[in-house]
Amino acid sequence: MTDTESRPGEMQDRRDSAPGEERITEHEVAGGLLGYVIGYGLAILLTIASFLAAQTDLIYQPAVISALVVLAVAQMGVHLVFFLHLTTGPDNTNNILALAFGVLIVALVVLGSVWIMAHLNENMAAMTAHQAGTMP
Amino acid sequence: MTMLGKLDSSAIPFDQPIPLVAALGVFLAGVAVLGWITVKGYWPYLWNEWISSVDHKRIGVMYIVLAMLMLLRGFIDAIMMRTQQVLAIHGPGYLPPEHYDQIFSAHGTIMIFFAAMPFMIGLMNFAVPLQLGIRDVAFPTLNSVSFWLTASGALLVNISLVIGEFARTGWLPYAPLSETTYSPGVGVDYYLWSIQISGVGTLLTGVNLVTTILKMRAPGMGYLRMPMFCWTSLASNLLIVAAFPILTATLAMLTLDRYLGFHFFTNEAGGNQMMFVNLIWAWGHPEVYILVLPAFGIFSEVFSTFSSKPLFGYRSMVAATMFICIVSFMVWLHHFFTMGAGADVNAAFGIATSVIAVGTGVKIYNWLFTMYGGRIRFDTPMLWALGFVTTFTVGGMTGVLLAVPPADFVLHNSLFLVAHFHNVIISGVLFGAFAGFTYWFPKAFGFRLHEGWGKAAFWVTLAGYMLVFVPLYIVGLLGMTRRLQHIDMDLWAPWLVVAVFGVLVMIAGAALQIMQLAVSIRHRDKLRDETGDPWDGRSLEWSTSSPPPVFNYARLPYVEDEEPYWRIKQRAREEKRPGAEEGYEPIEMPRNSPTGFVTAFFSTLIGFALIWHIWWLAIVGFIGAYATFVVFAWRDHGDYEIPAEEVARIDDDHKAAQSARLRRWERPA
Repeated sequence: MTDTESRPGEMQDRRDSAPGEERITEHEVAGGLLGYVIGYGLAILLTIASFLAAQTDLIYQPAVISALVVLAVAQMGVHLVFFLHLTTGPDNTNNILALAFGVLIVALVVLGSVWIMAHLNENMAAMTAHQAGTMP
Repeated sequence: MTMLGKLDSSAIPFDQPIPLVAALGVFLAGVAVLGWITVKGYWPYLWNEWISSVDHKRIGVMYIVLAMLMLLRGFIDAIMMRTQQVLAIHGPGYLPPEHYDQIFSAHGTIMIFFAAMPFMIGLMNFAVPLQLGIRDVAFPTLNSVSFWLTASGALLVNISLVIGEFARTGWLPYAPLSETTYSPGVGVDYYLWSIQISGVGTLLTGVNLVTTILKMRAPGMGYLRMPMFCWTSLASNLLIVAAFPILTATLAMLTLDRYLGFHFFTNEAGGNQMMFVNLIWAWGHPEVYILVLPAFGIFSEVFSTFSSKPLFGYRSMVAATMFICIVSFMVWLHHFFTMGAGADVNAAFGIATSVIAVGTGVKIYNWLFTMYGGRIRFDTPMLWALGFVTTFTVGGMTGVLLAVPPADFVLHNSLFLVAHFHNVIISGVLFGAFAGFTYWFPKAFGFRLHEGWGKAAFWVTLAGYMLVFVPLYIVGLLGMTRRLQHIDMDLWAPWLVVAVFGVLVMIAGAALQIMQLAVSIRHRDKLRDETGDPWDGRSLEWSTSSPPPVFNYARLPYVEDEEPYWRIKQRAREEKRPGAEEGYEPIEMPRNSPTGFVTAFFSTLIGFALIWHIWWLAIVGFIGAYATFVVFAWRDHGDYEIPAEEVARIDDDHKAAQSARLRRWERPA
């Protein structure tokens, strides 16, 4: 890790700062007030687009769900970039890794649970009315 | 009556002599200790130096004291279970079923949440900042809050011994048994609130230590220069951050079921109790690695130090640690192969379970190769490590056997399973804790633990542990299921008797450990370590004095490789002087804060009030806890400064000791 090899006495790793620190916005495309305004605009646009997709005939009906998923993912992207200041810069390694780790774990647990519960549901016979009646 | 909710005099078990006498004993001992403290006038010292301290070393020590007390408590439960099973062969024994069920539930709950977890977190708290070469953790006051919340949870579990009852559901309160239909009493509520409160503490520790390791290393210490214990601590705390929210959410859903009539896990109204099992193990399996990964780190330090060699395969060790960290989230179904998911799912999770053993296998070989060709010293920490590597391998292999779903269908819920997980958790976590305890004790207190008593404790504990659990493997294969209150099979009887004999040997082992501590404190002047480096250590914590000053390092060390202190020592011998002379700078340190203790006081009130449905008290507790938070958030200054002259004065003694040792080295042997 070359980025931590600074001179002795310098406590903090300069290239890896937490979000909210002042200097983070210096080099960022989406920094400052303008960044928030652009983000807000994009978020509103994506929200309107979702409503349009669901309530008008602009999109081929069976594809509406897919369109909503795409718009939702885009919405998440806008939030991450403009509001949570996630960038691909070297000062953001920890944040990117934390996000990746979080997404991975949530995906494992959610998809795993869905898979397991679907199989359980398929294999376990439902209770008959009689069995249910004898429950305490 | 409504003032006290469900609480009345019937909550105290006057008809049951065992808990009552035990509680009376604990109460009298507690009063005696408090009285002694008062008479001796130790309260100001206790308050200023310990209770309100935010020093990571002090907090670490308090965690370990809590863990040791709870370890004894959980051990007493274990002794009762083993003796009950022997006395209840063709008979009732001395523990009625409703009491026996509470004991095995309390044993598991206490051992995992209040013995193993605090022990590991205590060692991480103590050693990680020292190894990283820094002055404290990222959020010192939060650290104190974490500890006191854990203590609050432990207190609630122990209150259940006298006031009310504890859960009878096992250490994981499976629904629907834990729902109000089948568990109408307060036992499960004690479980829920004590685990939730201590769980908040654990989660905050996870956040704290992850931040500390990622953001606050000594200058020059890149990720691949961190000591192995810091790596495994990072993995363990990442798992805490990722897994504990699952536990919190699952128990919160069960709480809603019990308190507000929800139907997450009930039989009726669309609830699904299998979802509880699924979710609790999605936390439960990572929890296993939360406990054992720090122990792996301790063993790595111990093997390397006492083999007088660098750790073999450092990078493969890092890779194996992170591999385990991720894969530990892909195996949870192996805890319920028999619930009915079918062949596809069982096969996938069975294979994943076998694969995770590869990471551990890499570690085992690395430890063996670390010893190979080394100059091995058989001090007590090394004995624990050797005991671990031999017995853990057996436990690991029975684990791989249980990972095969058809085999699991035969062995599920049997004592074979119980023997397996005790086999891995005792050798992995407990031996790791003892190794870490004896290894870092001189660092924490400035004197070593007595070697003779320590070695005796190791051999006796190892023998007792084998005598208890080998018979349990056998009765498991003979078909004995776990948690039996009485036994009608003559086939099992002789093995259960051997196991009880093993318990007696383990009691002797525990007594020897207590003796070791007592003897060492008595003869502390003889066991004094002046150099700060009693084991000829290799990582940074040994470069400062024992016990370290409040700021740990007078000057922050500069790290150039994986074994910074080894390099410093080498250089000192070559250059014939202890190190470069530089000036001192004033050091800012966080102030003591009673926030943690006060928060925990109020959260204990909240927990107790919610268990007994004393709503006004719960509100008082919430207001108090919130007020504490506001007061802390509005503090004016959290730091104080230690002037440079003071730092220099404190460091002088240590420098003198280092120079004296250097002169000793120079003298031909």
